[in-house]
Amino acid sequence: MIGQSVYVPRLLPELESLAPGHRACIGCGEVLAMRQAFKAIGRDAIVVNATGCMEIIASQLPYTSWRLPWIHTLFENTAAVASGVEAGLKAMYRKGRYSRPDTKIVAVAGDGGTVDIGLQALSGALERGHNLLYICFDNEGYMNTGIQRSSATPYGASTTTSPAGKESIGQFSWKKDLPGIAVAHRIPYVATACPSYPVDLIEKVKKGVDTRGPAYIHIFSGCPTGWGCATNLTVRLGRLAVETGIFPLYEVENGKYTMSYKPEKLRPITDYMKPQRRFRHLTDDAVEMIEKRVAVEYYKLLEKAECQK
Amino acid sequence: MAKRVGIETSLAVSEVAAACDVDVVAAYPITPQTHIVEHLADLVANGELDAEYIPVESEHSAMSACLGSVAAGARTFTATAGQGLELMHEVLFVASAMRLPVIMAVANRAVSSPLSVWGDHSDVMAARDVGWIQIFVENGQEAVDNTICAFKMGEDHNVLLPVMVNLDGFHLSHMIEPIIIPEKEEIRRFLPPFDYPLPLHPDKPVAMGDFAPPVIFTEAKWAQEVNLQKSYDTILRIWKEFGDQFGRYYKPVEEYCTEGADTLLLTMGSFSETAMTAVDSLREKGKKVGLIRIRLWRPFPFEELRKAVDGTKTLIVFDRAISTGGPGGPVASEVKAALYNLPRKPLVVGFVGGLGGRDVTREGFEEIILQGEEIARNGSPNEYEIYGVRE
Ligand SMILES: Cc1ncc(C[n+]2csc(CCOP(=O)(O)OP(=O)(O)O)c2C)c(N)n1
Ligand code: SF4
Ligand SMILES: [Mg+2]
Repeated sequence: MIGQSVYVPRLLPELESLAPGHRACIGCGEVLAMRQAFKAIGRDAIVVNATGCMEIIASQLPYTSWRLPWIHTLFENTAAVASGVEAGLKAMYRKGRYSRPDTKIVAVAGDGGTVDIGLQALSGALERGHNLLYICFDNEGYMNTGIQRSSATPYGASTTTSPAGKESIGQFSWKKDLPGIAVAHRIPYVATACPSYPVDLIEKVKKGVDTRGPAYIHIFSGCPTGWGCATNLTVRLGRLAVETGIFPLYEVENGKYTMSYKPEKLRPITDYMKPQRRFRHLTDDAVEMIEKRVAVEYYKLLEKAECQK
Repeated sequence: MAKRVGIETSLAVSEVAAACDVDVVAAYPITPQTHIVEHLADLVANGELDAEYIPVESEHSAMSACLGSVAAGARTFTATAGQGLELMHEVLFVASAMRLPVIMAVANRAVSSPLSVWGDHSDVMAARDVGWIQIFVENGQEAVDNTICAFKMGEDHNVLLPVMVNLDGFHLSHMIEPIIIPEKEEIRRFLPPFDYPLPLHPDKPVAMGDFAPPVIFTEAKWAQEVNLQKSYDTILRIWKEFGDQFGRYYKPVEEYCTEGADTLLLTMGSFSETAMTAVDSLREKGKKVGLIRIRLWRPFPFEELRKAVDGTKTLIVFDRAISTGGPGGPVASEVKAALYNLPRKPLVVGFVGGLGGRDVTREGFEEIILQGEEIARNGSPNEYEIYGVRE
């Protein structure tokens, strides 16, 4: 997948389900990821969207960017609404009132709508085994409401509710492992992805929607506005997050872990952190501590994948 | 023809929801609603109801799943009570504003704290302004009949609104009564299949639940308000159609012994039947009293109420909820508001009672009526009276 960049546009499906003209910031990684994801999903699909950047940028009345049937209701209930859509179609198909046997139900939400306020609804939907794909676009904070921390914000990042200061390092807790929590539900398909690796992302989304039962994909999505970085760095930062081991790419199929990409050697995390204002206050010691923990977590994951081979 | 059977109201409500051929039930158990959702689960498990039963992890998700299934075009039913209705609160607004006709039975229950599983109207009164059609029933038969009507009302293309059927927790939900449950065939003749005009469908993409900037929001809300007000005529039509087919007629404001009454008592829900016996007893003693019951709480029946109380001197309103720190009972304050501008109107005396399952007996209602008349004559230092409280 590495080194394919020049061919990428020709390798990807042409289908665009999200029309241009939406209002995402320049360099938005979430909308890039969403565009890629929906190339894989096709037109026989229904989208259930949580409140957050991806909802607000594409749906201001009386316009919409969506070429798919789309519903947004609230912030924290996306997985539950998707469960209802799935159940409704299933019942109507059985009773002969709906003719498509394979309509994909795709729930999309930000990290806040997934790892925090929407976790209960998500857990319920995964546990009940609905046939749906849930995609979390993780930009590591509540960006739509002005860059507040979520439990997916990485340790040390400064946000408006975890501001760095004399008495504060910024975010005080380690990023919640939501893919791990999804795996703990013993669902058939879990994966991580990043729009900096579009072919990988699209393949995973394809697998996700073709899975019978619940699938969960956690997509690391750069946010120049929230991270305080140049707008042309989104794709590069995604790659750096993967190459430093901060956001490893992997799949878990029926409990079996597979690494999608293994850098020969982890890059120093400063390569990733330096261009971002949210990490600028961190001391060398803090960075070193973070780097060590990143490595520990990365090798733990690698070991899981290795020992299952 | 359907037979009259002795059955618990909760089970009868589930039976009739099933006979209405629901496609999806998404529900979470809470006393005193539990028997409704348990019985629906049974019916699905035994193959007697062909529906998807979603055993959600909370009421918030119950109502959210209902939004999804109605948006997909599926007939959808749920039930809740008390804390469950409060946990749904945020989602209730969305159901009405997005015109998603979810049908819900509420086995009315007090709201914590202190924890109480017993009945009153605090739950639904806190959900008064969520934009749903709200009906109160007094006995098992009414619960059954109005559940059928609720589907037809909510799903009517001129309405497309969620409907709440309020039946008192325990006093009604757990009562075994002789009830006629109409046959599936009869219901089919009355209730057309659900045909949601713009469901989520890949052949015809729609966007539902977009966000509204200030230039559109007021118009969106006003459209919703006009729609709910206009549903009134459809509600009346459907009750009439129901009556014509099944022989049981319903009205937004029901009257009992109101002719020539100087004093009227106003109640809602199952206590009304006890209140009737109190009226009978006082009439026997020569008192000119009567009873009116608000059956349709939303949209509010302004005209019918004004007509029903015209010529009465005293109107005693009995509430099973308190608007704490405010004017007392929410029903009393709405009734006062509805009458205030009339040149000729009764004096309104508010009572609050029956909280958290506390019973009010026939004697109790007699006492309330007599005390209300006394207050009408001589006044009271209180904004409202609380009935039966121990100091
Ligand atoms: C119940 C509720 N609480 C809070 C909010 C306010 N709110 C809307 S979006 C949002 C944050 C969204 O963050 P995330 O899910 O990460 O999406 P992003 O905007 O970052 O893509 C918040 C806090 C809300 N809409 N509803
Ligand atoms: S704030 Fe971030 S996630 Fe939201 S639209 Fe802008 S770049 Fe995208
Ligand atoms: Mg976010």
